[in-house]
Amino acid sequence: MAISPTPRGEDWIRVTEAGLFVEPGGFHVDPARPVDRAVITHGHADHARPNHRAVLATPETLAIMRARYGDAAGGTLEPLPYRRPITLDGVTVELVPAGHVLGSAQAVLTWRGCRVTVSGDYKRRSDPTCAPFEVVPSDVFVTEATFGLPVFHHPPAEAEIGKLLQARARNPDRAIVLGVYALGKAQRVIALLRAAGYDRPLFLHGALLALCELYREHGVNLGELVPATGRPKADFQGQIVLAPPSAIADRWARRLPDPMAAAASGWMRVRQRAKQRGVELPLIISDHADWDELVATIQEVEAAEIWVTHGREEALVRQAELLGLAARALRLVGRDEDGEDAA
Amino acid sequence: MKAFAQLMEALVFTPQRNGKLRLLVDYFTAEPDPDRGWALAALTGGLSFPAAKAGLVRGLVEQRVDPLLFRWSYDYVGDLAETVSLIWPPRPGPDRPPELSEVVDALADASRSTAPGLVERWLDALGPPERFALLKLITGGFRVGVSARLAKTALAQAFDQDLGEIEEIWHGLTPPFTELFDWLTGGAGRPVIDDRAVFRPLMLANPLEDADLDRLDPAAYRAEWKWDGIRVQLAASGGERRIYSRTGDDLSSVFPDIAEAMGFDAVLDGELLVARPAEDGDAGVTVAPFNDLQQRLNRKTVSAKMLRDFPAWVRLYDLLFDRSDDLRPLSFDRRRQHLEAWFDRVRPARMDLSALVPFDRTEDLHGLRDGARAAAIEGLMLKRGDSPYLAGRPKGPWFKWKRDPLILDTVLLYAQRGHGKRSSFYSDFTFGAWTGDRAGEGELVPVGKAYFGFTDEELARLDTWIRANTKDRFGPVRAVTPALVLEVAFDSVHRSTRHKSGVAMRFPRIHRIRWDKPAEEADRLATLEAMIVLG
Ligand SMILES: [Zn+2]
Ligand SMILES: [Zn+2]
Repeated sequence: MAISPTPRGEDWIRVTEAGLFVEPGGFHVDPARPVDRAVITHGHADHARPNHRAVLATPETLAIMRARYGDAAGGTLEPLPYRRPITLDGVTVELVPAGHVLGSAQAVLTWRGCRVTVSGDYKRRSDPTCAPFEVVPSDVFVTEATFGLPVFHHPPAEAEIGKLLQARARNPDRAIVLGVYALGKAQRVIALLRAAGYDRPLFLHGALLALCELYREHGVNLGELVPATGRPKADFQGQIVLAPPSAIADRWARRLPDPMAAAASGWMRVRQRAKQRGVELPLIISDHADWDELVATIQEVEAAEIWVTHGREEALVRQAELLGLAARALRLVGRDEDGEDAA
Repeated sequence: MKAFAQLMEALVFTPQRNGKLRLLVDYFTAEPDPDRGWALAALTGGLSFPAAKAGLVRGLVEQRVDPLLFRWSYDYVGDLAETVSLIWPPRPGPDRPPELSEVVDALADASRSTAPGLVERWLDALGPPERFALLKLITGGFRVGVSARLAKTALAQAFDQDLGEIEEIWHGLTPPFTELFDWLTGGAGRPVIDDRAVFRPLMLANPLEDADLDRLDPAAYRAEWKWDGIRVQLAASGGERRIYSRTGDDLSSVFPDIAEAMGFDAVLDGELLVARPAEDGDAGVTVAPFNDLQQRLNRKTVSAKMLRDFPAWVRLYDLLFDRSDDLRPLSFDRRRQHLEAWFDRVRPARMDLSALVPFDRTEDLHGLRDGARAAAIEGLMLKRGDSPYLAGRPKGPWFKWKRDPLILDTVLLYAQRGHGKRSSFYSDFTFGAWTGDRAGEGELVPVGKAYFGFTDEELARLDTWIRANTKDRFGPVRAVTPALVLEVAFDSVHRSTRHKSGVAMRFPRIHRIRWDKPAEEADRLATLEAMIVLG
């Protein structure tokens, strides 16, 4: 049997219990459990786990892992800036911006002329807090599918911020408590508010402070941020308070005057989901590609094969087939089913 | 369409009643006729388009979207109108977004063959929120948490009118309610409703307090049993036959057996019950427990079997109109004479008179009330003999005196987050009783659910306790260590195949929280079962 000179993706990359394993390079990409060598696409907890022996990632992602995990961030942490390819046992690794959160990267892997791009999580919209996604023509494109159903269309984020400011103006006696994920969403929402001309202090739940500080150190301007603690209730009237999603309809929010629960997430597109969470002001702002962007991206990369990793794999695979693209679902363990970490 | 869609969207996400009221008031004052009238019709369930139904919507979307992708999306979203509003891939075209009134007019005139083309063009011209509103007009069921009553309250507030006056004419009006808005905005007089089969607001009773009882002059009051059914008004005139609930909802189609018996020209007040012929060969009937009536109320369509197994009955309390004679200004005693004479004359099927319960002294009432253990009796009604029939709940002429509730010591098993103001608290409680022969033996099986009966301080303390004693979490629900005893009060208990315990309580509420009592000393399921009273 003749062996073709150029290998196919599945010849050198396979799914193990820890995740996507690049055999000739001896490393995993975003492994779900501790491994010897890991390439990490970005700092969200379902992609960047603690306690790998050696970690290769962008300097920003390493800084985020250090902030979150301290000494458990990994044995040796090797920074690899965007677009500076290196070779690990014959496999070329290059990190290219994914547009998802600060430091997020697509891992572009090349071995014997076959290029596989593991995109991690990505979005195609502009985001003042991170470098924009770049299309990398590949033989295999590995894509997420968090919002992989044709009902998910994210409206322009600026319009959603407009709704937030309007709600604030209409309810001068209430505090708006906005649920945002600590990494990425919080900083993007703040930056969008600033871009919309909102220059009052923003109040923050303690769990959001460290990463905002980290973004600031990386040159992202967030304006005046104040911890939302130790103040009389009345101070929060007409103010916007940012908190982790779990806190907006919980005991924490009782310190606020007649709090209006808001949430910024792609899931807010579906009414029932917003209502279940007790959200009164749903804002559809996501750091993931929506359906149209997923479908556009899998075509733009001109890949011979599309592998779909997490989210609604079956629908995106179906759409790829309708477009005449070869696609299959990779069943990876350990990914947050609903993408709750950063959707 | 835009303002209407925005209203619907805002109503969905505004949990508080007052917030919803404000949105409705703003909408009714700002929007022009006839759009606001059509919106009112949509909110109160008064719109239906035979030419356009859910099937049409499905057909349209399956021509545009891969059926498999549509199915997966529908499974995920769970609502047809919402799924289609989000998934619809619009084709650019020359169409402009329609106004609400254009949509309603066109759909009313459309046929089954022209409707799909209309809806398709509108879907292409509208954005997702407006598409949602349009599709909900077609499929029905906005589920925005607005009752007809709340909508009318908003009208009363928006135009500074008396709610009772609006209620009184409501059932004689039709969409888009132009006459109503003309009157409310001051441009015309109050619409004249000459049809007597309209809803007349009911006279309601106040709960009897101990102090009321002491002051009560036994000679001035009449007593009746308070039957455990639902209060209804029967209105029949000129071939129209309507059965209204206490809030004016039309139940006629749910109770065709009663409607059939309404071959008279009168407006009556009574209690709707399920009743079967008395077993001892007596001429009367035996009233079934409320649960039997519930079987009828839960159904939209009535099968022959339902009619046979759960026959409806009305026990008459009062006569409001005899033909065109308005008897409401007369005293209760005079109306009662009219009622008895009317009943003798008309002898309607499936109805009887609510008996007056004789008594001489107020002390006698205690004995009567406590002796009333039949499941279908909730307590006593006391009505002043000289009181006219007044809409609403005037203080003094009518009292309801419920018998003491039943009490059971139960163990808290699950707690669920509340809604609105209570959404940060665990405020819905599921409690259980022991299945063993003695308390503390066997397992704890859920016997009921309650979400009121406690003070704000108690709620805060319960919330803290629940968080500290959580065993397991399922979404908004927490399972707790079975260690807290809740004394639960309820009106009655009956058999139920829908509950694992085999019993269901009526109106359970938290009576006391027994922080002191060990869970092993809570009551047994058998104790609860012994409280079941048949017919
Ligand atoms: Zn992510
Ligand atoms: Zn992810």
